[in-house]
Amino acid sequence: MSQSAPRRADLRLIAELVTRGGRVLDVGCGDGTLLETLETEKQVKGQGIEIRNNRVEACMRRGLTVIQGDADTDLPDFPDRAFDYVILSQALQNMHRPREVLDQLLRIGQRAIVSFPNLGHWRARLTLLWRGRMPIVETNGMPRSWYDTPNIHLCTIRDFLLMCETLGITVEEGHAVGRDGSLRRLGAGTAWETLWTHQAVYVLTRSGRPASGG
Amino acid sequence: MEIETAAVDFEPIFALDGKLKLQSQVELAGTECAYQTYGTLNADRSNAIMICHGLTGDQYVAGTNPLTGRAGWWNHVVGPGLVLDTDRYFVICTNVLGGCLGTTGPSTINPDTGQPWNMDFPVFTVADMVDLQVHLIDALGIDQLFAVIGASMGGMMALDWAVRHSERVFASIPVAASWRHTAQNIAFHEVGRRAITADADWHDGAYRGLGVKPEKGLAAARMVAHITYLSETAFQEKFGRELPRDSKLSFVLDPEFEVERYLDHQGKTFVQRFDAASYMYLTRAMDYFDLAARHDGDLAAVFKGVGTRFLLVSFTSDWLFPTAESRTIVRALNANAADVSFIEIPADYGHDSFLIESATDFHDVLEGFLDGSARRRGLKP
Repeated sequence: MSQSAPRRADLRLIAELVTRGGRVLDVGCGDGTLLETLETEKQVKGQGIEIRNNRVEACMRRGLTVIQGDADTDLPDFPDRAFDYVILSQALQNMHRPREVLDQLLRIGQRAIVSFPNLGHWRARLTLLWRGRMPIVETNGMPRSWYDTPNIHLCTIRDFLLMCETLGITVEEGHAVGRDGSLRRLGAGTAWETLWTHQAVYVLTRSGRPASGG
Repeated sequence: MEIETAAVDFEPIFALDGKLKLQSQVELAGTECAYQTYGTLNADRSNAIMICHGLTGDQYVAGTNPLTGRAGWWNHVVGPGLVLDTDRYFVICTNVLGGCLGTTGPSTINPDTGQPWNMDFPVFTVADMVDLQVHLIDALGIDQLFAVIGASMGGMMALDWAVRHSERVFASIPVAASWRHTAQNIAFHEVGRRAITADADWHDGAYRGLGVKPEKGLAAARMVAHITYLSETAFQEKFGRELPRDSKLSFVLDPEFEVERYLDHQGKTFVQRFDAASYMYLTRAMDYFDLAARHDGDLAAVFKGVGTRFLLVSFTSDWLFPTAESRTIVRALNANAADVSFIEIPADYGHDSFLIESATDFHDVLEGFLDGSARRRGLKP
């Protein structure tokens, strides 16, 4: 399975952000590439949730711990603070209820790492503005049209940060991943950052109000 | 062809010292357990896998079954280089308590009377079957099983092992299982039992020594049960409305359709290898199974503090122990942040998909999970 440069860079960055030896839940873990990396390089105790059967099977072939399940419905089962990190890599936009999912991530994990494509990127804006077409966001390296994309809740990094604020979630750090896989630190999500960020990776924690419970 | 169980040597047989204390508080003396092993126990005794067979299964998972002369029921899974690799693992399978292939049950002799137990045999549970296995691994000097794996009734046992003997099981693999027998499950079993007791040759279970067996009843019970083991699709694809010979209706009430003849065959071969009284007791044990009963129905509480690693597997076309049952277990395990994997395997065959040689997806998943578990357990490849 070939992966695009930003996808690989995204996974590499996440692997670096996770501290050694912790408990990690990868929500939407796909074929388990990230989990396997985390287990071999960071000695984490990893678990994955994946909805597609063939991906779950791929994870199992690798000897990973994975549940065939649905992040939209299964996260409330887990107890508070069950994991050191809960990762949602390139899956936020596939969720039916991204707000509830994000809320759950920070209930069951000390920290959440969330990566997603930024629809505020100048290319996306240009596509809509000049060509009058929906921007196409690659899914697993495949460009998908609006009618067959699994991306049902795309957002910009400003949208995302606003939602975090509403949910009482603190952004610990942010990174921009370029189309060529290059990395750059992100700040407060300025208009400038929103325009120039292809994909974003945020490390989140909840310092404000207590976890909302299941 | 009539198969005589008495003529078969079920060695090795483990004889329990002291009494087996049952859930019913009855203490069973002189309990014996017939078992088979495959492969070699390693030096630190860490590579043992216990296979728990289903309702009418037996200890002959691989090689030739001496009773039927046919290959073991999991011959394509257990063996050198196979998924349960006997070059690597030490595989144990016991005939469960109450079974009829060498282990103490209604067909064996009551030491107090010198006569077969028949219906005087105490009613036992899935937990009792597991406890007998615990005594066996004690005798074999095994502190902790690397894995317990079982499907259907065996899956109930795999769950019970992990819940009541958690420290003695590194990994538990309940396949096509449930945390409790449902009303529908119990209902089907009751139809089977009724068929047996309605047979004129049943004699209140005291048919031994009379030269008869309730074969018609037991065959009917098997026919009903067999329908529940397959999916509608499997029946349709295998038989459809096919008629033998000239494909014309004969306008008779005797078995005529291929599916009828198939079920008839299933019933007839079954009664040659299985005892009706054992069937009565074992179905009852399954009916009694309810993991959550001891915690007022709170399944999550059952798994509190359980350190065993789990793999649950269900099959899409299994309507007897459907995916929802496994999912309920997974949710209860998640509530404890337990180490659990779960997959629903696409399979058309129904509940019995776990027995099918072509279920390669299932076998790949098993192998991957065992490899991953062996890594975590520190077992040498």
